[in-house]
Amino acid sequence: MNLHTKTLAALAAGLRARDFSSVELTRALLARIETHQPALNAMISVTATAAMQEAAAADGVLARGGGGPLTGIPLVHKDIFCTEGVRTTCGSRMLDNFVAPYDATVVAKLKAEGMVMLGKANMDEFAMGSSNETSYYGPVKNPWNHKLVPGGSSGGSAAVVAARLAPFASATDTGGSIRQPAALCGITGFKPTYGRVSRYGMIAFASSLDQGGTLTATAEDAALVLRAMAGFDARDSTSVERPVPDYVAALTQPLAGLKIGLLKEFFEKGLDPENERCVRAALAVYEKLGAQLIEVSLPNLALSVPAYYVVAPAECSSNLARFDGVRFGHRAKEPKDLMDLYKRSRGEGFGAEVKRRIMTGTYVLSAGYYDAFYIKAQKVRRLIANDFERAFAQVDVVMGPTTPTVAFELGAKTADPITMYLNDIYTIGANLAGLPAMSIPCGLVQNLPVGLQIIGRHFAEDRLLSTAHAYQRETDWHTRVPPGYE
Amino acid sequence: MKPEEIASIAHLARLAMDEAEIPRYQESLTSILSFVGDLERAETRDVSPMAHPLPGLVQRLRADVVTETDAHERYQANAPQVAASLYLVPKVIE
Repeated sequence: MNLHTKTLAALAAGLRARDFSSVELTRALLARIETHQPALNAMISVTATAAMQEAAAADGVLARGGGGPLTGIPLVHKDIFCTEGVRTTCGSRMLDNFVAPYDATVVAKLKAEGMVMLGKANMDEFAMGSSNETSYYGPVKNPWNHKLVPGGSSGGSAAVVAARLAPFASATDTGGSIRQPAALCGITGFKPTYGRVSRYGMIAFASSLDQGGTLTATAEDAALVLRAMAGFDARDSTSVERPVPDYVAALTQPLAGLKIGLLKEFFEKGLDPENERCVRAALAVYEKLGAQLIEVSLPNLALSVPAYYVVAPAECSSNLARFDGVRFGHRAKEPKDLMDLYKRSRGEGFGAEVKRRIMTGTYVLSAGYYDAFYIKAQKVRRLIANDFERAFAQVDVVMGPTTPTVAFELGAKTADPITMYLNDIYTIGANLAGLPAMSIPCGLVQNLPVGLQIIGRHFAEDRLLSTAHAYQRETDWHTRVPPGYE
Repeated sequence: MKPEEIASIAHLARLAMDEAEIPRYQESLTSILSFVGDLERAETRDVSPMAHPLPGLVQRLRADVVTETDAHERYQANAPQVAASLYLVPKVIE
């Protein structure tokens, strides 16, 4: 029986029906990880022994008629989430030796559901990157073509799900780090509203933008996990006190009459014509299903990338100040004084992209530049949020491409940071405005996946998921598995 | 950006950087700052800065009561150097 190509929903049903056990499922997926890890480099740590114990425990719960829909389902966590007693590196030499003393809230919640952790996924260092090439542990390869990047920063998580090594991997999205790799790997990536999922124990990059979310094959699977992941957490000061709707029950909300905004600027220069063709074909499916398409405009979109590359580095330079070689993380050998200890520990512990962003942030926050860069970027951020607000006065959701092109070659964009940054032109806006957004597969160009992005109003997770689910009931792009991973 | 400016920012950010590394950061930081310089052309008169993505959200405060138990041993297990429950650093005061 081919367990790995089943969706999470199908696996949950199979476990309940006792068609197979969590131990069998976990063993099968661990074997797949062992087989494919050398080519993909998608994992940083594999926790096989603990996984088998957790699976046996889950089988025990299921045998007694207990547990929930996620009990016994294997997962992989992005290595940005703290996992008690398990090395948590954030893709950095700085944390190469760091064993988290506690679980992130996301980790604790899914553990409480009886999910089984197979290990920790590779990622761009401190989630700073769009290609998974900044990881201290080496780049992750795209399962569709090993010469190409999987996207980033959640590149390991996306490769794991695309290669069917696990039905779900956790991820985080600060400027597109869930949606962009989902698009480039042909899976479903979901970034909730800012504040919907707890950031406690999720190593901070840019605190006003970071949000945890899901990578799965389908929107239904995303709903199943998100229902358990979301919710108020007193330990996160920006966590939102608001009940979590039943995202699974909401999947079948009717689509007819839905007003879809076409993001005009997303279809202008820079978008590959073949990607555009796939996205427009997806929009035609929605029209056929009874949705109404209305063109909307985000006039300040072009400024979203520059605004982001002030706000995010500023917050990063502040957040990463905690890595000082004193309390945890890398420490330089034989420091001659305290300043030397700080400087060399950080100089050795951080990679080039992280240093670049820390320095950019330090610069834009420094006296004399603060108003011209940081305050200005915060004002532009408001303009972008206002653009979305105006769009949502006319429509229920907005749609467009997730990325300008399909996956690019390893090394193609590493020489010039701006080229890499511009890859996130379509995804950054939702982070600046704190909106929920997702990417679903909507076609193949030269056998490489294309993503359709759907952005919704604050806390409209249910609407996004049901919109994506309606499309996935009509099409089969979400069932496509990269050749060699069937 | 001049090499001295790069060295100064690296110092403020507490990042050791040798001479040979400076040109690389000089080039990329110059291009990043010129790229974000585009923000200048946005008309932002009467626009208030946005620090938080959710409108109207007020930072929550909690009651001033002890909620954490002492776990310093667990936390210090990750420290590079500890003695008598204290983090060790090179001598600061002569």
